[in-house]
Amino acid sequence: MYCDECKQRPATVHLTKIINGQKHESHLCPQCAQKDQEMGSFNPSFAIPNFLAALFNLNPQIEEKIVPAQSVICSKCGLSFEQITQTGRLGCNECYSEFADKLEPLLRRIHGGGQHVGKVPLRRGGSIRQRKEIEQLRARMQQLITREEFEQAAQIRDQIRSLEQGLGV
Amino acid sequence: MGMENILRTTASRWMEGKGNFADVVISCRIRLARNLEQHPFPNALSEIQAKQVIDEVQTAVCKAPKEMGIFQFAALEDVSPLERFVLVEKHLISPQHAENPVGRAVAIKEDQSVSIMVNEEDHLRIQCLLPGLNLENAWNEASQIDDMLEGSLDIAYGEKSGYLTACPTNVGTGLRASAMVHLPALVLTNQVSRVLGLLPQLGLAVRGLYGEGSEVMGNLFQVSNQVTLGKTEEDILANLSAVTRQIVDKEKEARQVLLQDAGEQVEDRVWRAYGLLSNARLISGQEALALLSDLRLGMDLGIVSNPVSEVFNELIVITSPAHLQFFTGREMSTTARDLERAKLIRSRLI
Repeated sequence: MYCDECKQRPATVHLTKIINGQKHESHLCPQCAQKDQEMGSFNPSFAIPNFLAALFNLNPQIEEKIVPAQSVICSKCGLSFEQITQTGRLGCNECYSEFADKLEPLLRRIHGGGQHVGKVPLRRGGSIRQRKEIEQLRARMQQLITREEFEQAAQIRDQIRSLEQGLGV
Repeated sequence: MGMENILRTTASRWMEGKGNFADVVISCRIRLARNLEQHPFPNALSEIQAKQVIDEVQTAVCKAPKEMGIFQFAALEDVSPLERFVLVEKHLISPQHAENPVGRAVAIKEDQSVSIMVNEEDHLRIQCLLPGLNLENAWNEASQIDDMLEGSLDIAYGEKSGYLTACPTNVGTGLRASAMVHLPALVLTNQVSRVLGLLPQLGLAVRGLYGEGSEVMGNLFQVSNQVTLGKTEEDILANLSAVTRQIVDKEKEARQVLLQDAGEQVEDRVWRAYGLLSNARLISGQEALALLSDLRLGMDLGIVSNPVSEVFNELIVITSPAHLQFFTGREMSTTARDLERAKLIRSRLI
């Protein structure tokens, strides 16, 4: 089989893209595949906003088809997702929930996925704080159990119980 | 009045030259990014809203109990451009904060260990700067200020995403921890890119003297965490501390190798730096930093006994352009600055 692009060299790279349920197959030689990849990637730039803007649009060909024609606007600050991708800055706290679906892959690229496990605000955190504490204690209890340190594990179990009672669980 | 005092006092707490591994780690810094829930982030803020944010923060800062220290608060528009850059050179505000003063403010603790930038990229940037590798203490201090402010301000926070920030690279803990390391021996032995090149794989970034986008001068490098989401503050600090200690070990190894294999050349280099610094009549900022770096290496290796590390730390700051002009009280051409810088260094070394 010859390369779809140059039709000269043998195709050794086989790409399958599924965009909006439509399957596109292409068979390329290593040289043309390399070029294809370069087209899809971003231009390196050292200014962080540009760099971030590039991260938002890592794969422009595909993004275009997924994003609906009318742009979505944050109900609190009025910024559209397009404006955010241009500056690399969100407009307000609500942007995080309004554009949650679009931000999710970006956050995964930057931080490698996962949820916040760090500090919880003292006053506003309230029950979140206690729930996180319980989660951490559970993890610690599991560690102790695997190490067969049952006495300490039992102490932590009691601690978890009293915290749960406080939460009314 | 109070801000004037801060500007005039050249000694900041981080310059003390003490603390863990102070012969390699000059200072360490904790920065917390926080936003107020009710207002859009600074980039989407109107001038009136920006003023409201400043007022709310100022009221909250004024409530700080005395044992937390006394804070001086100033709107950046009330601080002259030169004074703003003095604050940048003291590492109390970022260059970006100094360049766009409209609708921005800063609160600084009197010993200059803590500063709070208002309406920089986020509503609040709480920063704590300490000498040596002392990240836990810096974190505790910054976190206490954070708790104190949160007592009267509603901070934007989500259970999954943590502290919500304007830039998604800070979301989660909003924590950027960094250590300023002096690595002359790794540079001299051509190992620095190999050692620091490993850091991105460990989730750490390397920057220059004034943080993001600034260049490396005087063999001073800033190492900081990159990931802010999905890790606890304790993990982030432990990782940075452990890696920094590794860098310290490598630098010290390289220093010993230099002494053993090229002792005379190192000694010559140090004394030449001393000779130039204590005799030069014109000296550029870059040359001064490079020579001070050589001299500092000599101090740490026991080749020269004078000056002490406090003087070194202070000299890095007070020979910077804004400091020179602020203390002579006039705007100066590059040549005039080079003349003044050389004079200042001579007076400190003799």
